[in-house]
Amino acid sequence: MSLLEIENLSLAIGNRPILKDIDLTVAPGEVVGLVGESGSGKSMTAMTVMQLLPFTAKAAGSVRFDGINILAATEDQMCALRGDDIGMVFQEPMTALNPVKTIGEQVAEGIRWHTKAGRAEAEDRARKILDRVGLPEARFPLARYPHELSGGQRQRVVIAIACALKPKLLIADEPTTALDVVLQAQILDLLRDLVHENNMGLLLISHDLAVVTEMSDRITIMRHGEVMEAGETARTLSRQVHPYTRQLALASMHVPKRRSFFPLEGEMSPKATEGVASGSKAPGTTEMSRSGHSVAFSPSRGETTPLVSVENVSRLYPGRRTSFFGRGAPIHAVDDVSLDIAPAQSVALVGRSGCGKSTLARMILALDNPSSGAVRFRGETISNRGEAELKPARRDMQVVFQDPYGSFDPRQKVEKLVAEPLHLLETKPSQSERREMVAHALHEVGLGPADLDKYPHEFSGGQRQRLSIARAIITRPRLIVADEPVSALDVSIRAQILDLFADLNGRLGIAYLFITHDLTVARAITDEVLVMHEGRIVERGVTNEILDRPQSEAAQALVAAAPDLHRAIARKIQEQG
Amino acid sequence: MTLQTEIPRENLGSLAAKALRHKSFAAGFLVTLLVAGMAALSFLWTPYDVTRLVISDKLLAPSAVHWFGTDHFGRDVLSMVMIGARNSIAVALVAVGIGLGLGVPLGCWAAARGGLVDEALMRLNDLVFAFPALLSAIMITAIFGPGAINAIIAIGIFNIPVFARVARAGALAIWPREYILAARAAGKSKALITLEHILPNIATLLLVQATIQFALGILAEASLSYVGLGAQPPMPSWGRMLFEAQTRMAQAPWMAIFPGMAIVITVLALNLLGDGVADILDPKSRRRR
Repeated sequence: MSLLEIENLSLAIGNRPILKDIDLTVAPGEVVGLVGESGSGKSMTAMTVMQLLPFTAKAAGSVRFDGINILAATEDQMCALRGDDIGMVFQEPMTALNPVKTIGEQVAEGIRWHTKAGRAEAEDRARKILDRVGLPEARFPLARYPHELSGGQRQRVVIAIACALKPKLLIADEPTTALDVVLQAQILDLLRDLVHENNMGLLLISHDLAVVTEMSDRITIMRHGEVMEAGETARTLSRQVHPYTRQLALASMHVPKRRSFFPLEGEMSPKATEGVASGSKAPGTTEMSRSGHSVAFSPSRGETTPLVSVENVSRLYPGRRTSFFGRGAPIHAVDDVSLDIAPAQSVALVGRSGCGKSTLARMILALDNPSSGAVRFRGETISNRGEAELKPARRDMQVVFQDPYGSFDPRQKVEKLVAEPLHLLETKPSQSERREMVAHALHEVGLGPADLDKYPHEFSGGQRQRLSIARAIITRPRLIVADEPVSALDVSIRAQILDLFADLNGRLGIAYLFITHDLTVARAITDEVLVMHEGRIVERGVTNEILDRPQSEAAQALVAAAPDLHRAIARKIQEQG
Repeated sequence: MTLQTEIPRENLGSLAAKALRHKSFAAGFLVTLLVAGMAALSFLWTPYDVTRLVISDKLLAPSAVHWFGTDHFGRDVLSMVMIGARNSIAVALVAVGIGLGLGVPLGCWAAARGGLVDEALMRLNDLVFAFPALLSAIMITAIFGPGAINAIIAIGIFNIPVFARVARAGALAIWPREYILAARAAGKSKALITLEHILPNIATLLLVQATIQFALGILAEASLSYVGLGAQPPMPSWGRMLFEAQTRMAQAPWMAIFPGMAIVITVLALNLLGDGVADILDPKSRRRR
């Protein structure tokens, strides 16, 4: 018998249809994965089960949970269910907790509300569940506030709140998307254990096919509010009957075609990289061609003067204030790091969140100054320099950020936004020249001149990331620092953007510093990898060698934790036959 | 390769059309225009001369002859409300202007510089804030003498920290955004970034605050006049009219009702106007109200 039964569920908000004929079941002790790209209706399905929909939403069909008709349930009945029989884990651990309440209070809150337990008893149960999720009281007292915990620890608290009353069904909406791969693996393990222990049903929502494959017994693939395919995980993904399933799987494993930068040969035909590229072949062949490529690539670059050289750079942040006058020991965000990037070389800087990657990137971009050491760009020191002196260097290095929503001023039009770096040119282009240049840059990233007069909110996430890249290449820089440029994007969009990066690297000879915690990205488009851990670079070398045979502990942890669709499918096939 | 880049730009006409379709903006704009028109008209013409006292006509109830009735000196209340509008609007407008003109740059500067500059400016701000505004305004007018100009200055000074604080808070929230980082990577100076990115993004915030301060300015002027430190007789002001009406509330309620209504309507209209402008300036707003 199923715990959750969704039949023919349709949902409309206002006049907009959101879901259409959704069928989904979750049995006790079963993990069901719900996969789809943004806007596919995954979260709305979950919200319907929780009845946390906007007021204007109208649902039709049937949703039964444990014999209760959810769609007909009153708000009082739902209040009794939520947090007791149905628990929910949200994506963003930074905002899912109340910053002014201690973690003990927040876990106990639900227990007291649902069981009418006294303060002491609820606290006792809170202590037990926090201990269970890996936050023992000895190290994490109940009186801690959320800001005193790291992202992964906060997500554990969120899970503790959701599981405190041993719910029959747990809904986890992108529970690990905001975490780095190592934390992701830990949180997934925890969820899996909790499911087994309590015989819970788990509805796991994710855009990451590899994560869902690893975790779930059955899988439901959604697109545009409809179920595309559903079934046993191993069978669904090994057969890939539905074209969309295949498309999604291909995009998840996508490796862009790369060509090295030879200005004479490089034909200048800008080819838009729309649609999910079909560049992905069997993994063995691509791997061989890529490793052959990078071996031929790196040594010849080593002899020329490096484009960027970072020499013994450290960055200290003052320690936390411990008393009115005293401060704790300073924090080494970046600790004695040296590295070189050759022209047209593509380097990945990988590491867990908080390891100092972004601080290092800011120093390379001269947006922050090192406490000691120096950063050189084309041989010239750019650390601790005034803006006027930095102008030539700034012209040749640009940046692409992670969040396609936060990286544009919402009040300006595309023309002005993309033209921003033109401020660095010695002679200011006229208005019509400027417009022409921006149109050109847009063309290069696969957008049209009609987009010039739009505002950023009129674009999708992937298109905004294209805009971001257009802004970065408009001055024809030699270096682009990309801070997690694809981690906020859907897999098919991600494949397109990776293609675009690879294409620009080949055509324009731009060197990249890719900051990422996602090893598939690093493998896809970089020649060399630097592994960073706690402010230091612990391993460096040719990308495929490091990722295939990591030596340092930090690199091994990253590689082991990285979700890999091939591996996950293979394992599922073994399990499920 | 030439790309088709000639695209018609959004012109002022279409913005105006968008503005007039916005109901709360249109309503606010209309009423504000009416009040301003009334104040302007009072320079040329009022139904009666407010400096002439006609004791025989004192405390007449509203009628076809005196629409808003007469006061205890037999002056026409409608004429006084019209002239009073001048005073109230001028005081509030200039006071908001002083606050915006000085407070916003200070707040933006504090946010952009951070550190000691920020700390010093904000503590100075707190110092000004620590005094109840009205009390200090009374103090200033008491020192420099009562009168409309001194009232303006007194109210204006207390608008500075309000705007400085709002501008700083708004700017601080914008500074860590990635598009600011991108602008810095494009080599733009802090002043330029403030001008190009910070100000447009906190404009809504400031605008809303400005309408609130404008309303408070009218009230402050009324309060100052009420205690006899604002506009001096025989120059009527809404505040002083209320003051004079106070003792005759039961006898001649129209003396209080009409200037009171004028204040309420003006403040309401300005709030609607401010909301509307904020909506219209937001490129994301596709709402029609």
